[in-house]
Formats: sequence, C-alpha cells, structure tokens
Amino acid sequence: MIVEPNTYRTGPDNEGHFGIFGGRFVAETLMPLILEVEQAYAKAKADDIFQAELDDYLAHYVGRPSPLYFAERITQHFGGAKIYFKRDELNHTGAHKINNCMGQILLARRMGKKRIIAETGAGQHGVATATVCARFGLKCVVYMGATDMERQAPNVFRMKLLGAEVIPVTSGTATLKDAMNDALRDWVANVDDTYYLIGTVAGPHPYPEMVRDFQSVIGNETKIQMRAAEGRLPDSLIACIGGGSNAMGLFHPFLDYTDVRIIGVEAAGHGINSGEHAASLTGGRPGVLHGNRTFLLQDDDGQILDAHSISAGLDYPGIGPEHAWLHDRGRVEYVSITDHEALDAFQLCSRLEGIIPALEPAHALAHVAKIAPELPTDHLMVMNMCGRGDKDVFTVAEALGVEL
Amino acid sequence: MSGDATSDRIAIRFAKLADEGRAAFVPFIMAADPDMQTSFEILKGLPNAGADLIELGVMYSDPMADGPAIQAAGLRARAGGARLDRTLGMVRRFRTEDNETPIILMGYYNPIYIYGVDRFLTDALDAGVDGLIVVDLPPEEDSELCLPARDVGMHLIRLATPTTDEARLPAVISNASGFVYYVAIAGITGTKSADADEIGIAVERLKRWTDLPIAVGFGIKTPDNAAAIAKIADAAVVGSAIVQTVADNLDADGRAMPELVTNVLDLTRTLADGVRSATRTGSE
Repeated sequence: MIVEPNTYRTGPDNEGHFGIFGGRFVAETLMPLILEVEQAYAKAKADDIFQAELDDYLAHYVGRPSPLYFAERITQHFGGAKIYFKRDELNHTGAHKINNCMGQILLARRMGKKRIIAETGAGQHGVATATVCARFGLKCVVYMGATDMERQAPNVFRMKLLGAEVIPVTSGTATLKDAMNDALRDWVANVDDTYYLIGTVAGPHPYPEMVRDFQSVIGNETKIQMRAAEGRLPDSLIACIGGGSNAMGLFHPFLDYTDVRIIGVEAAGHGINSGEHAASLTGGRPGVLHGNRTFLLQDDDGQILDAHSISAGLDYPGIGPEHAWLHDRGRVEYVSITDHEALDAFQLCSRLEGIIPALEPAHALAHVAKIAPELPTDHLMVMNMCGRGDKDVFTVAEALGVEL
Repeated sequence: MSGDATSDRIAIRFAKLADEGRAAFVPFIMAADPDMQTSFEILKGLPNAGADLIELGVMYSDPMADGPAIQAAGLRARAGGARLDRTLGMVRRFRTEDNETPIILMGYYNPIYIYGVDRFLTDALDAGVDGLIVVDLPPEEDSELCLPARDVGMHLIRLATPTTDEARLPAVISNASGFVYYVAIAGITGTKSADADEIGIAVERLKRWTDLPIAVGFGIKTPDNAAAIAKIADAAVVGSAIVQTVADNLDADGRAMPELVTNVLDLTRTLADGVRSATRTGSE
C-alpha cells in the first residue's frame, strides 16, 4: 500500500528527480549548460521583476487569462457532468505552447543567448518559439521530423513567415523524438550562444520543472475562474498528454486538493493491442531517453520504438517524468483514447460548440464523452482545450476520406 | 582503484605502451555493423591491424552525441541484428583468441538499464569487457552505473569535454578509472576537426588532475590527425572514419562486399601507423 505524501508539489529534488524519474542523463558537453540554465532559472523564479515582466507579456501579447467556458451544448448532449473548457486554444498562436515559450524566451534573454533552437512535432511549439523569437529579435532554428513536416505543412510555412529556419530531420524515424535528438546535437555543437527551448515537461532537469511552472498559469487561472463561476473548485480535470505540458499546467496547482479527480489522456493510436500507439504509461515501461528517466515505448533491448497517433502533438514515445511519478503514486489516473474516438470527438465539438479543437484535446474530449454521462449534473468537470484545430483540418479530411 | 594490476588489461596495456614510449591507437567499430559475422571478423582482425585497445559500439536507437556516420552505423547494426546480449557474446568469442587487448563498450545508458545494471556488469566482466563509456551518464548520475561498476572492478571511463571547466573537473575525475577520454570538440562525433594545440593545452590541464592515461577522440580522421594527437596524448581514438569505410563497402542491398573486412583493416593499419610514427612530446 502506498502511503500518501502530505504534498505532491515539492518535486523535483535538487538532482531533478521525481521519485526514480527525471534526472540529468546528458552528455558531459551539455552538463555545464544545463547547470547554467538551472541557476539562471532559480534566480529568475525568485525575482519579482521577472515574474512581472512575464505576466505583462502574458496579458498583452498572449491574451491571458484564457476564458473558462461553460460548454452548455456538450453538457446537454452528454446529459451528466457540467463541462467547462479551459480555452487555451484562444491564446496567441492557437495553443498553450506559448505560455512556456514566453517564459523561456525571457530567461534566454536574461542569459544573454542570441540563438534559440527548438524541436517540434505538430509544429505548435515550433510556431510558438518562432513567434517569441520574432518578437524579441532572436535567431530561431526549429528541428522538425521530415514526416511531420509533410503532415503539418501549414505550420512549417507559419514558422518560415515568422523568420525561423526549419530544419527537416531525417535521422532515425524522422519524427518528434528524432527532432529532439537533432536539437540536442545542435546544442552540443553550439554551446556558447545557443539556448535550447524545450517544448514539453520532459528533457533533463530543470526543464520538466521549469516548463511545468510556466504552464501552471493554466491551473492557477482555472482555480480562480471556477471559484468565481461556481463558488468552489472543480470535481475533475481532464487533459491530453503527449509529453504532458498542458496537462501538467492544469493539474499541478490542484494536486494537493485530493478531492479533485485528475485524469490524463494518452493517445492509443490504432489501439494499445495493435502496438501502434503513443501511450507510454499504459503500454511502456521505465527507461532513459532525452535526459530523463520516464515511461517509454521500447523493446526488450532498450531500443526506443516509434509512437503512433493521428495527432502529431501526441506522437512521442515518452512522457514527462513528473507524470510518470504521479502515475506511480496513483494521484493522477491515466487512460488512453484511439485515433477513431478522437476523430468522433473532434467532429462533435465542432458541430455542437462551434469550436474546432486540435486533435490533441479531441482525445481529452473523447474521454469526457466516456465518463460525463454517468456523472451527476452537479459534477464540475474542466477539460483543457489546449489547442485549436485549424492545423488539423487536412489530416482530419484525409482520415474521413474527404478530398479538399 | 579497480581491478588488480595483474589482471587489469587496460593498466597492463598502457604500462607496456609507456615502456615503448608511444601512444595507444584505439579504433571504434559498431557491433553488428553491417551484420554480426562481418563485424566479428573486423573485431578479430583489429589487434593485428594495430589496435592497442578497442572501442566496441553498442547500438542505441537515439544516439544524441553521434554524427551522421555513427548514426548510420547504428541503423545498419540494428538491421544486422544488434542486441546487447549478442554484443557481449562477440566479446566472449574474441576473448577465446585474445586475452590481452582491452575492450571498451561504448554507448548509451538505456540498453544497460533495461538489461539490468547488476546482471549486465556480471555478464560483461564474465565476457571479458574491460571498461564502459556511457555517453549520457555524467558524474551527477554516478549512482546509476559508475559506483556499482567500481564495486565489481569494471572501469567506467569518464568523458571530459571542452565545456568541462575547472569547477567541474574534480567531479569528473573523482570516480574515473581506466583512462580519461577527452572529447576534443564541443560537438557530435565525426563532424568538426580538432585543433591539436588546443587539445594539447586541455590534455595538460587534465594531467594536473589525474595520473590516469588521457585518450582523445571526436574529430580525428586521418593518419596525420592521429599522429598529431599521439604526440600530446596517451591514446588517439578514431571512429567515424572507420565506420564510414564499412559504409563504403556495402552493395546496393546494404550487404557486406567481399573486400569489406580487408578494407576496414587496411584503413585501421594506416591510422595505427600514424600513431606509431609519432614521437611523444608530452609530459611522460
């Protein structure tokens, strides 16, 4: 039996560990850089001026706070829980990614870095990084799997319009994990002037902690907004998980309210049993990749396997180490949703709410569809609408057999 | 610190080379590149082609410190049936004929972690492995593998890099054994070339902190490069240039052509001759 700690919010420890997860598994060449980021972030975090500057950009450039919206027709449709959407798809650039990018770009500026590198899967993090680089006049290089560049062509063009250089990654399997490998290789080779702006709650310490902190604005706002709307906290939170940054941002401020049920939704692709999925907690086991120990899709020789999801943003064989820890502790439930279920939810949301969701939160909504009907009408549920679906219309059309 | 002097192949080999007044030549090959049998034949031929120590690459799907040549070698090895247990089997076979040339396994942590650290150390020692270079285990993660390895007499070879400043050097040196591997460039394998003068300064700096031999690798491509390094360090490591020769001797279907092993060993010999031609100007 697991003894519940008094708090779920003190991690990571000084070495970047969440239980056995996390850490700093990087080449020696990168180690001094990572320590430099850690020190600079600790200093910035304690600095009111940094926080005030960030808050100002979040308010006037990103458009925060994002609304907490009562999804009335979806609620009526399911006939159970009262469903709210946290509208992070209304942020500048159309997803939650920019919350983190704004924080890290201000840090990179403080550190005097002139060149920003990033990895991207769906392109949302690449677009958000290119956006803040344009805003602050920094050079931007984005690594993107050649396969992903094909299926997310509009985002590639957006990055280029924003002045970024997009480098196609053909190594390995040419997807997000390989883009992250190539970004790390770039960083190793450009240690003096370059800052690596990681887009999710993964990578070596301090990234999982730092990205979580920057994304926690989602949960912190939700707390205030739900109290204003309903006079109390929500009963449940639901968010999709690839690396897990939008989910961690929503969940973290609520972790110690143990009455709040928290559910993370992984991508089951063609189904867990098909072997073609991206559900690292459901279908993987602990291993070491990209600087941290976490649950990974891998074979019995420790080779990392390809993930599959219709959503390029969830198509990653790992998950942030803090999620792996919360999974182990049983504080957060992790479930999975197939491509097919996500496509149904994508269409339902578009028709009933006039909101075309990204395929990523469509996974979260598909799980809402499974559990909301059975819950009482006074159950308050918050789903993170972490991105909008404009980028996905071509993928969805293809999946539905529609020729554009 | 680990191993005893009579059975420690790495210590014995470096002592012998010090007597001869020359540096070691250390070729890197990827186990199972392009297939298990060809790779074993290369391995078996390396000592006669001038290898003083051998670095045997353990394939990993996500080699974040490697450049295109070694990445490609890893993909070929994966197709050629590479697995950590088979790589240990190769070393075991090698040891039936050669019980003197030290073998260092080089790779990333996850395959070892999944194999199980304790079981791996037992099996690797038993197979005749002398040391490990694990690229993604900095001193901060010593409790994972470095300390358990030290306890059983397996050398964990430390990496020092151009970014390892004075503040970090004590930590990098602290649990070092066997030799210290100086990564000559801030970059990935097989890309930039190293500047011999800068490397010389870095090696001298390391020598102030440790009595262990200093090997230099990353960016050494030609016999002349190798000779230049052999003048200032205790060992020169060449990897990408050798695995590139493997790549150059494959047919259209990726299979080894008949002359592959000979060509790889011929290149190895010219690199080894480069090292042997060098007169030491270092501190020894």
